[in-house]
Amino acid sequence: MLPEGTRLTGSSSFADYLASSAPELMPGAASRSGGAHADLAPHATTIVSATFDGGVIMAGDRRATMGNVIAQRDIEKVFPADEYSCIGIAGSAGLAIEMVRLFQVELEHYEKIEGTVLSADGKANRLAALIRGNLGLAMQGLAVVPLFAGFDLETQQGRIFSYDVTGGRYEEHSGFHSVGSGSVFARGSLKKLYNRGMTEGDCVTAAIQALYDAADDDSATGGPDLTRRIFPVVSVVTGDGYRRLADDEVGAIADDVIGGRLTRPDGPSAPLN
Amino acid sequence: MSQQFYVSPEQLMKDRADFARKGITRGRSVAVVHYADGIVFVAENPSRALHKISEIYDRIGFAAVGRYNEFENLRIAGVRLADMRGYAYDRRDVTARGLANAYAQTLGTIFSSGGEKPYEVEIFVGELGDDATHDQVYRLMYDGSVADVQGFGVMGGQSEQVEAYLGEHYTPGLDLASAIKVAVTALGQDTDPARAVEASALEVATLSRSRPQPRKFKRLSDADVSAALGA
Repeated sequence: MLPEGTRLTGSSSFADYLASSAPELMPGAASRSGGAHADLAPHATTIVSATFDGGVIMAGDRRATMGNVIAQRDIEKVFPADEYSCIGIAGSAGLAIEMVRLFQVELEHYEKIEGTVLSADGKANRLAALIRGNLGLAMQGLAVVPLFAGFDLETQQGRIFSYDVTGGRYEEHSGFHSVGSGSVFARGSLKKLYNRGMTEGDCVTAAIQALYDAADDDSATGGPDLTRRIFPVVSVVTGDGYRRLADDEVGAIADDVIGGRLTRPDGPSAPLN
Repeated sequence: MSQQFYVSPEQLMKDRADFARKGITRGRSVAVVHYADGIVFVAENPSRALHKISEIYDRIGFAAVGRYNEFENLRIAGVRLADMRGYAYDRRDVTARGLANAYAQTLGTIFSSGGEKPYEVEIFVGELGDDATHDQVYRLMYDGSVADVQGFGVMGGQSEQVEAYLGEHYTPGLDLASAIKVAVTALGQDTDPARAVEASALEVATLSRSRPQPRKFKRLSDADVSAALGA
């Protein structure tokens, strides 16, 4: 028998359906008590994203921390959201991964029910609503702050959206952005390295430089792990869809970056004027 | 006082079945054909927006005939059921068999309960397996009965003629173009003499193993269908 509620006419949102028919499965629905829980569960750290002509890239380091402990050294924090967008997570890892899963189903569900894909802004707004739903836990230190990027099929360009814990949604018109504990350093680095005319390949290199700089100054961000060959996850979204760069592709770029840093540990310098 | 006439259960069920069947035969047929690389659904449908064939999940497709509002209701319920199960458990745990059972129970209950009129729909639920021997298609009738479709299946419209043609001309292991061609020719057999169905009046979708993405369902464009028919 089809479960109760499935045959009701209603919204095209999976999250709404889940909240009404199985609220216990919503991310962050577990019972909670007062107090701060920031060090209770692993924390995911730095994500960077940058647009280029014809698309957008997103990269994330591979470290998850729990207080001063490295909880995982090969965690993945950048995911495809649907065919034309990706999402990177910073904050409480368990909740964030659950939210990504819900967001992925949300987009696919809408697509199947309505027979058409959501607009880039529509996707960004849905994510904002999911983040807002987590506000209670965020106030106890279990915040989820994703970065959302996608290729807008209408305007044919890459777009980046950042969020705050209350579900505030901000489009980044500068062409690049970063979130997470190392984001201050990564953003400073990108500010000097990024320019609008960059190719996809240059953007990937700039992102890996920025993550290196973040790892250099933020203990919670993982640098390239040369002994285990663990490198950042790098995703590219263009008109052809979502693509994750292969490990050896990223490895080769990371090796170049590290090679340069052997002679100049602070990385490339920008001209003064 | 009005007199309540006695109607035997046999007669009641027969009347309800006749009613449902009449609604279903009114439209055009929908065919499903197994081919070498998967399953292809072919429907005659001039509308671009009101689909008869849809995606339910990664490897599961849906096709229906009959009343649009009724099968659309079932389709959405199926998508919700599948997405919910995949979210609560895992994507691999969503199966066509589970979905077919849910549909069968629902259709059966509606058919035999006196309150609602029976649904005037028939449904195909197809699931792509790892190889051709594991592909499955279920056919669900208005009364909740389920049948396993081997090779090919037809429902709705003048399905006997269409099915008879496919029975004579279908061979296992067809490539996609040949499978579409035989299905489309079969759909044209519902009149005498047979008609040729234009690519623009067709809705064709596949569940294809050759698709690299996890979501195996794909709608074919008019151009793809014309190419297949021309080949």
